[in-house]
Amino acid sequence: MKAAGFRFLRARCVAEALALKAEHGEDARFIAGGQSLVPALNLRLLEPRALIDIAGLPELTGIRVERGRLVIGALTRHAALTGDPLVAAHAPLLLEALPYVAHAAIRNRGTFGGSIALADPAAEWPACCLALDATMVLTGPHAEGERRVPATEFFRGLYATALGPDDLLLRVEIPCQPAGTRNAALELARRHGDFAIVGVAATASDRELKDARIAFFGVADRPMRFAEVERALAVEGVSAAAEALARQVDPPADLYHSAATKRHLAGVLLRRAVDRLRGAA
Amino acid sequence: MDEEIELAFTLNGKAVRRRVPVRLHAVDLLREVFGLSGPRVACEHGICGACTLRVDGQLARGCLLLAPQLEGTDVWTIEGLTATGEIADLQNEFHARNAMQCGWCTAGMLITAAEILDAPAPMDRQAIREHLSGNYCRCTGYQAIVDAVEATRQARAAGRSAA
Ligand SMILES: Cc1cc2nc3c(=O)[nH]c(=O)nc-3n(C[C@H](O)[C@H](O)[C@H](O)COP(=O)(O)OP(=O)(O)OC[C@H]3O[C@@H](n4cnc5c(N)ncnc54)[C@H](O)[C@@H]3O)c2cc1C
Ligand code: FES
Ligand code: FES
Repeated sequence: MKAAGFRFLRARCVAEALALKAEHGEDARFIAGGQSLVPALNLRLLEPRALIDIAGLPELTGIRVERGRLVIGALTRHAALTGDPLVAAHAPLLLEALPYVAHAAIRNRGTFGGSIALADPAAEWPACCLALDATMVLTGPHAEGERRVPATEFFRGLYATALGPDDLLLRVEIPCQPAGTRNAALELARRHGDFAIVGVAATASDRELKDARIAFFGVADRPMRFAEVERALAVEGVSAAAEALARQVDPPADLYHSAATKRHLAGVLLRRAVDRLRGAA
Repeated sequence: MDEEIELAFTLNGKAVRRRVPVRLHAVDLLREVFGLSGPRVACEHGICGACTLRVDGQLARGCLLLAPQLEGTDVWTIEGLTATGEIADLQNEFHARNAMQCGWCTAGMLITAAEILDAPAPMDRQAIREHLSGNYCRCTGYQAIVDAVEATRQARAAGRSAA
């Protein structure tokens, strides 16, 4: 299908983007890479009267390290993470997850921040942000300056986040991982590059796995960590963790996979992720 | 009335400028306004890859790019890549191996595969398949396509080491 008509408004700075949004209100949408929004326009799931193009905002680009944090501008394209030395040094989990994020053509246009703002429950970046204890930095017409929201409070439900309809995500800040941190990002998908059926993003400071942070995606309306699973892993080991997971996780069925299948697959991925964190795989 | 913009970009090496409706995506723009039938429209939501273009040296989904987003870009379609001869060897391999049947996916496959023809790191068939994973082919079963890409990569690598 074809998109309905809209006006295309180019913002040159954050202030202008916010002003345009205030002017056009609910009828307007921000567009970053367009890799999720344009499909929705073409399918006429959305018919905004105006698109506010934020792709040119200089404040939202670039990857840097600041006060012990890796800072990723919202407009950073997925592909820009490839081979980035700062990401490799301070948040290598992201590079493990990157090949699973869509296909090359989509990674070239889609943005890190767009994926966080969209909050697809089967997306990789939100789960990585949860595992890495990231903080989202937002701004909006009503807030004074910037708001900082930890990943644990940012993802609120199915495609729902702490972003208000007129808010902009500016950047994501990730505490730099100490050298030697262990990471694992794994997922199962029907076709390489499609959204995950079930996936996992996990990190731990060493192979003892006493402090593993294991975020699952595709198993709920948002990325999930399960305290009981992580505790069982630290105290009793992987079998106890897998049992805890089977008790805790309650995935929604999709077109192809029942809840039981997804619960089983989550357990399979947990075991693989633990092997990987321990360095056995 | 659809909102229109004055759009200027480079198309297959030539500067172009046209007044166009903003709501057109790049494939409709190229097909309807510029008369190029190489870029195909199929799913129109990013799944199939039939619309794949090269924009500013990178792969992009034509159906997920809106006309105004092309402002100032450098766009190549299969017509342009054919004219320059850049992928003539790959096209010959496709032909020789019957790596196309209905042909709907072919332009997208060729443009996508063109990205990895010179990639120096060794690529096994699995890696080639992963690179092509965003492009559906409903006819060939992919074997012949992977064969053609693999053969072209090997021939180019042999050519480089002979030179
Ligand atoms: C075939 C296909 C497969 C895909 N597979 C995957 C996958 O496996 N994993 C995955 O994670 N993604 C996948 N994607 C989605 C892709 O990663 C998108 O790029 C991403 O989800 C959205 O980023 P974008 O920049 O394109 O956002 P857009 O499409 O421009 O915007 C998406 C939404 O976020 C809002 N938004 C964007 N940026 C901001 C901001 N800075 N502040 C506030 N709001 C903002 C927009 O208003 C819009 O509502 C896939 C897409 C396709 C078409
Ligand atoms: S038509 Fe663009 S991906 Fe299918
Ligand atoms: S040749 Fe028909 S879709 Fe590929």
